[in-house]
Amino acid sequence: MTASEKKQLMAAACKVRMGVIEGTHGAKSGHPGGSLSASDLFAYLYFKELNVDPKNPKWADRDRFVLSKGHTAPGLYAALALRGYFPVEDLPTLRHIDSYLQGHPNMNTVPGVDMSTGSLGQGVSAAAGMALAAKHQGKSCRVYALLGDGEIAEGQVWEALMFARHYKLDNLCVVIDNNGLQIDGPIDQVMSPYPIAEKLESFGLSVTQIDGHDFEQLEAAFAKARETKGVPSAILMKTVKGKGVSYMENQVGWHGKAPNDEQYQQAMTELRARLAEVEGM
Amino acid sequence: MADVKMIATRDSYGNALAALGAEHDDVIVFDADLAGATKTSVFQKAFPDRHFNCGIAEANMVAAAAGAAAMGLVPFASSFAMFAAGRAFEQVRNSVGYPRLNVKIGATHGGISVGEDGASHQCCEDFALMRSIPGMVVMSPADDVEAKAMVRAAYAHQGPVYMRFGRSPIPVFHDEADFRFEIGKGEVLREGTDIAILANGLLVAEALEAGKALAEAGISARVINMATIKPLDEELVLKAARECKKILTCEEHSVIGGLGEAVCSLLSEKLPTPVRRIGVNDEFGHSGPAGALLKAFGLSAEHIAETARAMV
Repeated sequence: MTASEKKQLMAAACKVRMGVIEGTHGAKSGHPGGSLSASDLFAYLYFKELNVDPKNPKWADRDRFVLSKGHTAPGLYAALALRGYFPVEDLPTLRHIDSYLQGHPNMNTVPGVDMSTGSLGQGVSAAAGMALAAKHQGKSCRVYALLGDGEIAEGQVWEALMFARHYKLDNLCVVIDNNGLQIDGPIDQVMSPYPIAEKLESFGLSVTQIDGHDFEQLEAAFAKARETKGVPSAILMKTVKGKGVSYMENQVGWHGKAPNDEQYQQAMTELRARLAEVEGM
Repeated sequence: MADVKMIATRDSYGNALAALGAEHDDVIVFDADLAGATKTSVFQKAFPDRHFNCGIAEANMVAAAAGAAAMGLVPFASSFAMFAAGRAFEQVRNSVGYPRLNVKIGATHGGISVGEDGASHQCCEDFALMRSIPGMVVMSPADDVEAKAMVRAAYAHQGPVYMRFGRSPIPVFHDEADFRFEIGKGEVLREGTDIAILANGLLVAEALEAGKALAEAGISARVINMATIKPLDEELVLKAARECKKILTCEEHSVIGGLGEAVCSLLSEKLPTPVRRIGVNDEFGHSGPAGALLKAFGLSAEHIAETARAMV
């Protein structure tokens, strides 16, 4: 990764975070915490990894991305808007009664959304079904899914991973956002999924553990996933919930709460300063 | 009646899938370790590379089928009705129904005619569950000929479809040569003016028997096959209510949430008419031979005729 490429990705991630704040502030609800922990991933996927065409969102041979942790739609929508699927100015209409930006991703209303999700555990199955279909159809496209670390308590996730391994879906890459917090508290207190990497390995996946806020590590992990043959890949990324907004970082209370006007101003000030810093690099 | 063919509609389903697969490359089949029982094994034998066993994991099967449909394939996902509609209800609702994906659910072993396995496997709630999902087509065929035509119609229909097939052999009364099936259209099998009997599944043959017995007793019963429970053929039901003044519904399903309730909802709003519902009366099934169970639960020609007589 060149320095300028890295700088562009960092700037894009900063803008995704601003989109998350715009969306949840405009909605007066929504899920900023897990959107911010995955903002670097969203930026990496839509500005580097995915083979997609915003001018032709339904292109049959595109890579697919399924947001299994559908409540972090504000992050996905921000990345899609920045990539050119729809106007960035629409982000604050999130969750409004007349908006196409539904609270959880809707593939029939939002350009660029490949699967309707929101009920945890189901998106990863849909992604596995897509990967199976792509192989059956002889398509070379890849399928990606993002899961939360609380989400993996759903038994269906493990049904899906068993299925993916059984059918040797090496065109599937699941990413787990290990920000360590879920609605009711720290994941190891609510219902510990640990050790996550060992569980994934025991299901036969090729597992890579990374810092989910480090673009070079993201690049290496996705490159490894693309080269892995015969088994699906998993990227377990350690992240900070609320990353990029000082008062939200590592605070469980910001899982599903919108910033008020004052908090919005503070978040945007911090993110603008960060963007200026990145652009000045 | 010795020459009447007896075929279980699950066999019809397997055969129809294999025929459909020969014509259309985009048909794929998912099963959950029940291929031998759901008869998707017939398709599997013909097209092994298009049949995907998901193991005993119905939730994943249904959502994976949704993913395959999003890629443009036409997946048929199969298990017993209890697990396809029951266990995987929320996957059907959120991953198939809400995104309006082109998944066909072929559920077998519906109702109490599952027999010896008993209540845990005798699903009498599937129509209710599937009807509650916006846009879902819900159907249950009356015999082999209709079941095969229904599978073709489901393929031709763009969007989610739920079909319920049975385990036990039932009489084949349709003539394959001139049979036409249309989703959402009921079929008048016997004309009558004193009462209309609306049935689906294996109770259609029983309703026809009842119709004959009633005729011998001087009662003119119209018998209608309501293979599509949703969307309901409202026009045909209203016509029957207008002309016969009394309606009797028959289904191998709970009286809660199935054909009977759909008919009552329609009539109470548009043409209040006396209705009685024959079905499973808010109770669980139990083990026993299918035929004996159907009799014990009042799902028989005799009980239909007796109820009709009491109404007229």
